[in-house]
Amino acid sequence: MAIMTDGTVPARGTSATKVAFFNDPKVRSLIFQGLALALLVFVIYSAVSNAVTNLSNQRIAAGFGFLDQTAGFGISQTPIAWSESMSYGRAFVIGLLNTLLVAVVGIFFATILGFIVGVSRLSPNWVISKIAYWYVEIIRNLPLLFQILFWYLAVLAAMPTPRNSYSLFGLFFANQRGITVPKPIFEAGSGAIGIALIVGIIAAFAVRSWARKRQAATGQQFPVVSTMIGLIFGLPILAYLASGMPVSFDYAQQGRFNLAGGMTLIPEFVALTLALVAYTAAFIGEIVRAGIQAVSHGQTEAGRSLGLAEGRILNLIVIPQALRVIIPPLTSQYLNLAKNSSLAVGIGYPDMVSVGGTILNQTGQAIEIIAMWMGCYLTISIVTSIFMNWYNARIALVER
Amino acid sequence: MKRIVSTLALGAALGLGATAALAQAPSTTLRNIQNKGFVQCGVSQGLAGFSQPDSAGNWTGLDVDFCRALAAAIFNDPSKVRFSPLSAKDRFTALQSGEVDVLSRNSTWTIQRDTSLGLNFAGINYYDGQGFLVRKSLNVKSARELSGASVCVQTGTTTELNVADFFRTNNLKFEPVVFATADETIKAYDAGRCDVFTTDASGLYAERVKLAKPDDHMVLPEIISKEPLGPVVRHGDDQWFDIVKWTHFAMITAEELNISKANLDQMLQSTNPEIRRTLGAEGNFGEALGLSRDWVVRIVRHVGNYAEVFDRNVGPSTRLGISRGLNALWNKGGLQYAPPIR
Ligand SMILES: N[C@@H](CCC(=O)N[C@@H](CS)C(=O)NCC(=O)O)C(=O)O
Repeated sequence: MAIMTDGTVPARGTSATKVAFFNDPKVRSLIFQGLALALLVFVIYSAVSNAVTNLSNQRIAAGFGFLDQTAGFGISQTPIAWSESMSYGRAFVIGLLNTLLVAVVGIFFATILGFIVGVSRLSPNWVISKIAYWYVEIIRNLPLLFQILFWYLAVLAAMPTPRNSYSLFGLFFANQRGITVPKPIFEAGSGAIGIALIVGIIAAFAVRSWARKRQAATGQQFPVVSTMIGLIFGLPILAYLASGMPVSFDYAQQGRFNLAGGMTLIPEFVALTLALVAYTAAFIGEIVRAGIQAVSHGQTEAGRSLGLAEGRILNLIVIPQALRVIIPPLTSQYLNLAKNSSLAVGIGYPDMVSVGGTILNQTGQAIEIIAMWMGCYLTISIVTSIFMNWYNARIALVER
Repeated sequence: MKRIVSTLALGAALGLGATAALAQAPSTTLRNIQNKGFVQCGVSQGLAGFSQPDSAGNWTGLDVDFCRALAAAIFNDPSKVRFSPLSAKDRFTALQSGEVDVLSRNSTWTIQRDTSLGLNFAGINYYDGQGFLVRKSLNVKSARELSGASVCVQTGTTTELNVADFFRTNNLKFEPVVFATADETIKAYDAGRCDVFTTDASGLYAERVKLAKPDDHMVLPEIISKEPLGPVVRHGDDQWFDIVKWTHFAMITAEELNISKANLDQMLQSTNPEIRRTLGAEGNFGEALGLSRDWVVRIVRHVGNYAEVFDRNVGPSTRLGISRGLNALWNKGGLQYAPPIR
C-alpha cells in the first residue's frame, strides 16, 4: 500500500466497487493457481517424456512388464508362500508385507513402552523418573541406524550357535538363527476356531457397549474385562475341543546346520523391532509426558475432591484429556516408525526397500521400483494418518 | 543411502536430460574425459587384489590397474584417474547415470546387463566362478551337504541368483541372508549369522583375510557358476567402447608378445612386424581409436602387460596367491585371448 508524501494512507473503498478485473483478488488467485498448475503439468510431462526417450535411446527397458518375470532369488522371511521360481511382483509384495509386519508390531510395542516411559518420567519416585529421563535422553540422541546395528550384533553375540541352542522344555529355542517355536498346523475343520474367535471378539465388544449403556442409565456395574477375556479366549477353545482338536504342532528338531521345522523369528526381525521400539518409545514417552502435563492440575484436584480413587482420576479424567494433546504428534511418530523401518537394509532384513533394491538391481528398472516404493510408503502413511485423524476426532472434546 | 542418491540422480538425469553424458550426441565420452582431465572409474568398495585403497588412500588392484591403463593410454599419465567406490547394487546405476565413465569392478557379464541395463561389456579381464566358504568346524566336505544352511550373500549380484539356482537344482533347502555391502555380509558371517559365505572365488579369497580367524574357514571344492568379470561402459558411445575394449586387448597382446615394463625400450627397437604394429612403429591404430600412436607403449610403460598386472595384484606371490588357471593366455592353457592388432 502506497504511503502519501504527507504520511497519510490513500483512502480506500471509493473505487473498491469497480476494481479492474485483473485487480480482483479472486480472478488473480485463479489465474496464479492456473499458471502454477500448468507449470507443474508441463514439468511432469516433459520429465516423463524425456525419461522415456532417453531410456529408449540407451535401450534401457522400461515399464512394469518385468513384474511377471521369474525372480530367481531367495528371501529369508516370507509371510506368504515363496519359491525362487515365482515372480518379481510377488517378491515385492513379500517385501511390503515384511515392512508392514515390523511397522505394526513396532507401533504396538512402542506405544506400550512409550506410555510407560512417559508416565514414569512423571512418577514421584525419584529413581523411576530418573531412569526414564536418562532412557529418553540417551536413546533419542543416538542415530537410529547405529542402534539397529547395535541390537543386531548384540542379539547375534548373545545367542549360542545353532548346535548349542538355548531351549525351553524342548519346545522353544533361541540361537544365532533366531527364535524358534512350534508351528501350528491347521487341519480340516480348524476353520471353526477362527470363526469362534471372530464371534468372540464381536460378542465381547457388544457386551462392553451394553454394559456401558446400562451403567450410564442405571449406575449398575458389570465385570466387563473378565467377560471379554472369557469370550475372546473361551469361545475358540470350546470350538477347538468341539471340532475334535484339529490343530497339531510341528516341533523344531536339531538338523545338521540348524533346527529344522517349527516357526522362526529371524534375528534381523528381532533386532530391527527392538531398535525401532526402543527408539520410537523415547519420543512417545516425551509426547505422553507433555500430554499429561498439559492437563491442568485443577482437574486432578477436582477429581480428588469428588472422592475418586487415583487410578480412576488417571483413567477417567487425565488420560482422556491428555490424549487430545498426544494423538497428533503420536501420529507423526507412527509414521516415522513405518518409514524408519527402511533402515532394515543395513542388517539384511528383507523389507520392501531391501527386496525392492534386489529387484531394481537384477532388472535395472530403477524408475519403476522407486515409483513403487513411493506409492507404497505414501499409502501406508496416508492410511495411518486417516485412521489417527478419525481416532482424534472421536476423542475430541464433546461440548455439551 | 548412496544408492538412493545415485538412483535419484539417474532419475533426474534421465528425466530432465540434463546430464552431459546422456544429453550429448554419441562419441563424446572421450572428449569429456580429455576436457575434465581424468577418467572417472567405478570400482568396488574394497576387495583385496581387485580394488582397494591403502592407508594413504592410493587405490591398488587388478581392476584399478585397468583404469590406470586407460588413463595412461589417454593422458600418458596413470594417475589421471579418479575412483568411485560402488557397492554391487549401486554400480550399474552409477554407470547409466553418467556418474562414472567406466565400471571396472568385478562385474559379471550377463545377457541381462548387456541388453536391458543398456550396458556394454568391453571384455573379460578375469575369468571367475562362484564358490562357498564355510567354517572348518562344520565338517562339510562338499556343497551338496549344505541342505538347511544359512547363506550370507550380497544383494544385486549374480551370486544371489546362482546360489538360489544351485540349491534349487540340487533339491536342497537354504536360508538366504542378504546384505547391501560386502562388509556387512562378511561381518554377519563372521558373527555366526550364517553357515556359508558365498561369492566369486576370487572374492572368497579376498574377503577371507578380513575374518577374525581366517584359518578357521575353508573354501569348498565346488565352483557353481561362470563369472566372466570385465570392464563395462554405457550403450551409445562406440568410440569409447572401442578404447576400453582395446586397452584390455593391448595388455593381453603385450604379454603374448613378451613386451613388459622391463624390456619396453628394447622392444621399441624390434624388427618383428607384430611388435612394431603393436607399439605404433608401423601402422597408426592408436589414432584410429582416437588416442595417440604410442598408446600401447604408454600402457605398458606405466602399468605393464596383463601378466605383470595379474602377478602384482593377485598372483602366487601375493597374499591372495591365485594361480593363472583360466586366466592364462590361450596358448598356455588358459582363456585369455586378444584379436590381432593389425
Ligand atoms: N561378480 C558378481 C559379484 C560381484 C560382487 O559384487 N562381489 C562382492 C563380493 S566379493 C564384492 O565385490 N563386494 C565388494 C563391494 O561391495 O564393495 C556380480 O557381478 O554380480
